[in-house]
Amino acid sequence: MGIDTENQEIENNIKKISLNLFKENKVDLIIGYKKGTLPLMAQPIIIDKEEDVDKLVWNNLCYVNLAKYLVPRIPKFVDAEKGNLRVGVVSKGCVGRALIHLASEKQLNLEEIKIIGFSCNGVINRQRIEQEIGQKEIREVFVKDDKIHVKGKDFELSFPYEEYLNELCKVCKVKSPPITAELSDVCVGECQEYSSISDDFNDVSDFELKTAEEKWEYVKNSLDICTRCYACREACPMCYCNLCFVDQNKPVWFGKTTDTSDIMVFHLIRAMHMAGRCVGCGACSSVCPVGIDLYLINRKLEEIVKRRYEFTSGLDPKILPPMMSYEMEESEEFMLEED
Amino acid sequence: MTVQTEESKSSNEDWKPKIIAFLCNWCSYAGADLAGVSRIQYPPSIRIVRVPCSGRVNPYFIIKSLTDGWDGVLISGCHPGDCHYLTGNLVARRRFAILNELLQFFGIEPGRVNFMWASAAEGERFAMLVRKATSIVKKLGPNNKFEKKW
Repeated sequence: MGIDTENQEIENNIKKISLNLFKENKVDLIIGYKKGTLPLMAQPIIIDKEEDVDKLVWNNLCYVNLAKYLVPRIPKFVDAEKGNLRVGVVSKGCVGRALIHLASEKQLNLEEIKIIGFSCNGVINRQRIEQEIGQKEIREVFVKDDKIHVKGKDFELSFPYEEYLNELCKVCKVKSPPITAELSDVCVGECQEYSSISDDFNDVSDFELKTAEEKWEYVKNSLDICTRCYACREACPMCYCNLCFVDQNKPVWFGKTTDTSDIMVFHLIRAMHMAGRCVGCGACSSVCPVGIDLYLINRKLEEIVKRRYEFTSGLDPKILPPMMSYEMEESEEFMLEED
Repeated sequence: MTVQTEESKSSNEDWKPKIIAFLCNWCSYAGADLAGVSRIQYPPSIRIVRVPCSGRVNPYFIIKSLTDGWDGVLISGCHPGDCHYLTGNLVARRRFAILNELLQFFGIEPGRVNFMWASAAEGERFAMLVRKATSIVKKLGPNNKFEKKW
């Protein structure tokens, strides 16, 4: 089965479930994706009527993590008469994970939400395609027979689908939204139960073999082009602080310049705040205007919390994230000890 | 005092690292005090900042210290179970574990930022660990990675 038929099937499923939800009056709104006005992009859309269900799409360009629309920093969907509106969210695996993780941090109430799950087949690495095409104008992008076809004014290129996926999608183990016994009426559509995820983290262990000097050079070189636009922060469903640490000016903790030290500090602390919370959706890398791939850092975070605290974010709303809990007995191999 | 350039700093055998130490008020600060009143010798490389609890040590403190050019950072709190605020050091431990791994991932040498427990009765241990931390940081040389140059 080709990717295009798979996409069509997913899209039809989403539409069918959404229509049912509206008909049975289980939701007031549905957040999903619609065809973008630019190639290589799909737009988020909020629909409130049955007729608009046909606008929903799924096409491997839907990189936005829709959970971002439900974090407390964004104004709630309310109605003068009905109060809080019930929202259905078209969820690939990582959107489902983000919603469940936000619930475990008590940031949203899952009872007001329906997770419209489906099994995601990956999101295209748009940065990489844009970089390879260069300055030429892209007019159309579509997936057919396991190839990504990119059309422009006087060129037509195709890329192998598996290779040009987001790096995080390549190693993704949670294709459809997780479900637990308590979530059975929250999840509609195709959801899956994940008791524990086995992952080998081979991609990170290669990097770990480098010396401190090599690591610094590598991370510095990959981050040095950062312009501090904070698009990664704005796209991230887990970045919901009312005042981000880089915007704080009383006191000014860290500089706002594009000096190497300031850039590294921003990314280090961003990573620190994502520990045990990153759901691996890759939205941060997809929105970066200069094409920085934060994949390795996000994978490393996942590896740390998995190894240390046996935790994978966004699988169960009942389990407290590691940075919100503690234990008496824990490994302290990093502590200074007497010889 | 003459101004030393970065190179002469690192090549100099007499170069002494400057380490900022965040000590918890109830155990480690008292431990340092005990080391002092017991006249136990330890290198004068640390500059102490007293904090209410090791849980008060925000990762920002540590990273800010590095950007401000400190050669090393030392954080010390009560042993697990002894915290004056019951669980402050347990929360801190998780934070430090992750910060430590991330710092190493970004290429900061292991040992630049050190964590330790020392109780109010452990003056000897406190002095010993400060000696150890100083020698580790001395071996690493001056901090030139995160330091903001201007």
